[in-house]
Parts: sequence; structure tokens; C-alpha cells
Amino acid sequence: MDIKAKIIDEEGFNRTVTRLAHEILERNKGSQNVVLIGMRTRGEFLAQRIKEKIKEIDRSEPSYGTLDATLYRDDFRTRLKQPEISVTDITFDVNDKDIILIDDVLYTGRTVRAALDALMDLGRPNTIQLCVMVDRGHRELPIRADFVGKNIPTSINEEVRVRMKEIDDEDAVYLVNAPSKN
Amino acid sequence: MSLSNRHLLGLHGVPKEDIQLILETARTFREVLERPIKKVPTLQGKTIVNLFYENSTRTRISFELAQKRLSADTINFSTSTSSAKKGETFKDTVRNIEAMKVDMIVVRHQSAGVPQYLTKISKANIINAGDGIHEHPTQGLLDMYSIREKFGRLEGLKVCIVGDVAHSRVALSNIFGLKTMGAEVSVCGPATMIPLGIESLGVKVYHRIDEAMAKNEVLNVLRIQLERDAGKRIPSLREYHKFFGITSDRIEKHNREIVILHPGPINRGVELSSEVADGPYQVILDQVTNGVAVRMAVLYLLGTMH
Repeated sequence: MDIKAKIIDEEGFNRTVTRLAHEILERNKGSQNVVLIGMRTRGEFLAQRIKEKIKEIDRSEPSYGTLDATLYRDDFRTRLKQPEISVTDITFDVNDKDIILIDDVLYTGRTVRAALDALMDLGRPNTIQLCVMVDRGHRELPIRADFVGKNIPTSINEEVRVRMKEIDDEDAVYLVNAPSKN
Repeated sequence: MSLSNRHLLGLHGVPKEDIQLILETARTFREVLERPIKKVPTLQGKTIVNLFYENSTRTRISFELAQKRLSADTINFSTSTSSAKKGETFKDTVRNIEAMKVDMIVVRHQSAGVPQYLTKISKANIINAGDGIHEHPTQGLLDMYSIREKFGRLEGLKVCIVGDVAHSRVALSNIFGLKTMGAEVSVCGPATMIPLGIESLGVKVYHRIDEAMAKNEVLNVLRIQLERDAGKRIPSLREYHKFFGITSDRIEKHNREIVILHPGPINRGVELSSEVADGPYQVILDQVTNGVAVRMAVLYLLGTMH
């Protein structure tokens, strides 16, 4: 990892999660109808953190699931590597719910497009709102996030890495140079 | 992660990592099958031909459903309604189908080796859906998936394949796959149905069903295939049932958990008593559901390979 800058440290990370939880509660007037769906892999852990925060603030526990949208991607024909797929785990009914779709980084918007299609196949939610830790710009589709941890304007040659204790050894967000593609 | 071969011709020689990848991927599709909309757009734009030179209900429907649930375009070909009746050779038929630009061919044929031959005359990915008495790899895979679902593992499990092993492509695919995954495999049946020298594949041979049941956790019970002249190798179906049929009495006598698989279609009262075929020990209908998921996994892994 060729680090250019550490954008968010552990304390900042926790504060950002707290703010996101508050914003979600404010926008939805509580959490009665809210369900959290994290996108594999880091969105899943982020969703868990937000769920814990909501529990602290609102004393309620929204339903929580994980989504793998790989099967809905549009890049099967162009990618060189076959993506690994994992299991979607949403055990509750999504009909008429306010879904908060949670991911770590928003970039081209193509993953979100795939996730929206996947969610639509599960039912007809009342709303789908997008919550991301980092928005790094460079959208290729007309998609925007409802809740953003931090906007980080990046160049195409940079990448944003969100690291979380659940699978990495720390909570942090880094700006790194993209590994050369050869 | 990708499979190491762009065709699935059999489970012989397929590395453990590949089998593991297929079984893991099938779990994803098992979940898709539980959804209200059981369809994903993954193979949009791919064309798959089901080339069935031999009758089949389960396997053909299962493959077709798997293809449709992955949004592929499918064409069904069966000999009874095709120009094969007019005397067109197999090679010409395939060349013509290929000229229509197909991506994958699922083939079933009464002669062993046809899928292998197809790889030489076609550029498509070839999937063997049963060739003569050689192999039926997706059946082997779905059997392994069903066993793993029940026990959480395959390694070290004792699995016995019961019946006409000599004329069974299901038996061979099971033996190759299960051995690769570290299971202990044995076969059981009358001497006329056990091929000489099968021990060289590393399997144990039983000739008494009670002994096999006492020593195994899983029985994969094969169908007595009358269309393959099974009648010539046993005195009568009744006698076969008496000595090798799985009955509730036999299961209860052993007083232990045993899981029974059957590739279908069942001859009730021959290899399984009706009671066992509908009873708590069998996973026969799970096998059918898992079959769709496993075939989706194979189609996905081969169809999106570069």
C-alpha cells in the first residue's frame, strides 16, 4: 500500500459513524421502519457499527442484512479476473421498508447500480437511501449518496482504502496511489 | 478464483480447489433460489444449447432452469424431434449448431467420450450431462453438495455407493469427486454389478448391505437400470430388494443416523422401500433443489471465465 495521506484516524472514524447514525435517525424520524443492508465486505461491518450506534442513541435495533451484488454486475464481459461471489443474507421482508444501503467507498456508482437491481428483486421497499463512508467522486452513473462520511476529491490515479478492525488491524481511511496496472 | 478447465467433462482429475469453488459458489445460488424473484442477470447475452441424445427429465429440466435463472438464452435439442432422425451425423449437427454462435453446450449421450470429442470440434464450453456409463459430473457435484449440507464436511466421511456400480456414471463421478475431497468411499452390490478391479480406484467393496450400512454414514443408492439390462445381472427385482433393498427395518436395526441419497428416478420397492423413499433419512428432494444451484454454479463459473 503506497500511502499518500491518512484521511481519517480511529477517533475520527468513530465520530463519523456516530454522525451518520444520527443523520439516518433524523431523516427517517427514528428507526421504526429502517433496515440496514451492508454491502460485502466492508459495508457489512460499517452497517454493524451503525446498527450499534443506533441502538445506543435510539434504544431500538433495526434489522440488518448483507448483500452481495456480484451477480448483477455489468463488467463480467470486460474484467480479466472472475469475481468471487458470496451469499446474500437478508432474512427479513424488505417490502415497504426504508432501506439504508451501506458501503465503504462510492466511486463510479456501478456497484450501487447492481445493488439497487438486486434489492428490487427482493421486493418493493418504500425508499432506498445510500450511506457511504467516503465519496471519492468520478461517477459514471447518475447516482448520489444520501449520507456521506467524508467527501474526498481524488484523482483517477489514486485509491481510497477504508480499513476496519473487523478484518484489518485498525479503523482508518487512507488515500493511496493506485497500484500500476500491469 | 477461477476453475482450472474451461469444460466440465467429468470429475476425474478435477482438483480439490475447483470442486470446493463450485460447491461454495452453489451456496450463493441456493440463496437466490429462496428469493421471490429467482433470477439474476449474470449470463445475459450468453447462448446455451442443451444437446440431449438420451432421455432425461430431471437433468434436462434442472439445467434449463439453471440457465434461465441466470438469464441465458437456451435452446433445447433432443434426438426424437431433430434431423438426427434424418441421418445427419453428430459432427454435422454440432457444426451447424455452432455456426449459430453458441457459447456453451450441455451434452448427454449414450456413448462415453462424446463430451470430450465435442471439445475438439467446437469452441464452446462443454458440460457433460451424462455420457454412457462414463461420468455424470454435475450429479456427482450435487450429491457432494447435499452430503456437505447435511454433515458440514466431506473429509473423513464414509460414503457407500449401492447398486449397479458397473453400469453407473453416477457411481464413477461420485467416486472420483468424493475421493478428491477426502471422503472414504465404498461400493456395495451383488458381484455381477461390481466391476472387477474397482479396488484400484481406492474404494472398499461390500457384498452385504447390512455390513455396508453398519460401517457408513451415507448411502448413495443407485437406480436399478432396467434399460441397461440390469435384469440380466440379478435373478429378479424381488430378490434384489430382499438382499440389497434399503428398508426401514434395516435402518432401524442399525440404530444410527444414516443419510440416504438417490439420483432418481426411484424404483419403489426395488432399491428403496416406499417408506424409506419418503422417510426422514433421505434427502432425495433436497438433491433435486441443490441440483439447480450446483448447475447454476457450474454455468456461472464456466460462462464468465476469460
